[in-house]
Amino acid sequence: MNRAQLRRQMSLCVYCAAWRLFLDHSPTLKQTPLHALHLSLGAKMVPFAGYDMPVQYPMGVMKEHLQTRAASGLFDVSHMGQVIVRGTSYEDAARALETLVPVDILGLKPGRQRYGFFTADNGGILDDLMITNRGDHLLVVVNAACKEQDLAHMKAHLAGCEVTLLEDRALLALQGPSAEKLLASLWAGAADMIFMDVRDASILGADCIISRSGYSGEDGFEISVPADKAEEFAKALLAHPECEPIGLGARDSLRLEAGLCLYGNDIDTTTSPVEASLEWAMQKVRRPGGERAGGYPGADRIAEDFATGPVRRRVGLKPEGKAPVRAHAVLYAEDSPESPIGEVTSGTFGPSVEGPVAMGYVPAALAEPGTRVFAEVRGKYLPLTVTALPFITPTYKR
Amino acid sequence: MLKFTAEHEWLKLEGDVATVGITTHAAEQLGDLVFVELPEVGAELTKDGNAATVESVKAASDVYAPLDGEVTEVNQAIVDDPSLVNSDPQGAAWFFKLKLKNPSDADALLDESAYKDLIG
Repeated sequence: MNRAQLRRQMSLCVYCAAWRLFLDHSPTLKQTPLHALHLSLGAKMVPFAGYDMPVQYPMGVMKEHLQTRAASGLFDVSHMGQVIVRGTSYEDAARALETLVPVDILGLKPGRQRYGFFTADNGGILDDLMITNRGDHLLVVVNAACKEQDLAHMKAHLAGCEVTLLEDRALLALQGPSAEKLLASLWAGAADMIFMDVRDASILGADCIISRSGYSGEDGFEISVPADKAEEFAKALLAHPECEPIGLGARDSLRLEAGLCLYGNDIDTTTSPVEASLEWAMQKVRRPGGERAGGYPGADRIAEDFATGPVRRRVGLKPEGKAPVRAHAVLYAEDSPESPIGEVTSGTFGPSVEGPVAMGYVPAALAEPGTRVFAEVRGKYLPLTVTALPFITPTYKR
Repeated sequence: MLKFTAEHEWLKLEGDVATVGITTHAAEQLGDLVFVELPEVGAELTKDGNAATVESVKAASDVYAPLDGEVTEVNQAIVDDPSLVNSDPQGAAWFFKLKLKNPSDADALLDESAYKDLIG
């Protein structure tokens, strides 16, 4: 192997052009409020979405992944954008955001959160996001690589709303079966929350916004902390013997095993929500025939996908052998080059699955679980089985 | 005699046969390996051509042939358990044995101190 390959090992998704576009090669990478802590913990840092971020700690990706599933892991996700959307009332802001996001935001109860996406005029996906009803306003969390674009999009289209990026807050994710116990040791209210609840709490003298959510397939919390309190907060959690810091490498393998999309890989402006198998996120009231159907960019295309069924589908793919099948591997119906049918969009080795796992797009006719397809890897046609997602059983506290 | 390449391979030379593996430095940089693909016994390798593939959770990397030669033996143990490459890269986790076409070509490879200088 050569130096370039060794160097590439330290970046995240070396095969993924989309992610490479997000890498900021300028010497002025941004830092999160936990940057100094990452360095002191011995993290390997990589550029990601314009930030200098920890890809792994001395424990390594494999053990960090297993640690998160067995006990708990602490992730720095401060690079993501935390944005306040404020109208004259919650209803006002929610109604406005529903013109950009095809999910039921008006029906979201105070202190509840849900998943959604900004759609493009062609019915593709501009970004995915989490949306919270904060009583008199909305809090949305968007991807780091898209945050400037999302801000501009919201400012341009949410007439009468004030759109503010929270620049002085860190975002930590505490994930894993012991997450509740750990957070409860700092704040008793943790145990009373269920999946997708959002609460305010004063913890270690800091005003925090806590959601019971995450992106690992495990029970856990995302905690918005004032930037100047973030390190103290992180250290308090890491002081617990069951908690370890986890980098972006394990974050990627955890979310893939959990069947969760990575924007830029599995979903983008070329994939409609129905193709991406994300129609579950569109409540009945926003689907064709619903009371508040349409009224968002690309609604006609998405209605057509609902009516006729999409041409292709995002599916789970389980390689039958031991070789990982990575993003951008071409998929074939047969073990020969004559029949290309789609592409792998994410693929890695799943430490909990103890084997390779992948996701990708196949024609709707081949999307049934159990269907066998092939991927070209280094000139060989490796068999994969279309598999229901997720690959692991999530442990969300419902 | 132990030799090294700038591509992070080690070669243990015995007569005209070289046992080849990847260095401790390379194994550390790669992280936990989850997949190893080795050449076929009998394969004719050309210096700097692809000889093997190793994959971590994050990515795949090629292992190049350090010299011209024919593969006479491969180490199935690292295919069955890729983590051996992380635990004993310069010992039990050798990759393959190569019958060298021109054994004297090995003289041009790096010795241990030159390799250590290279990786700093």
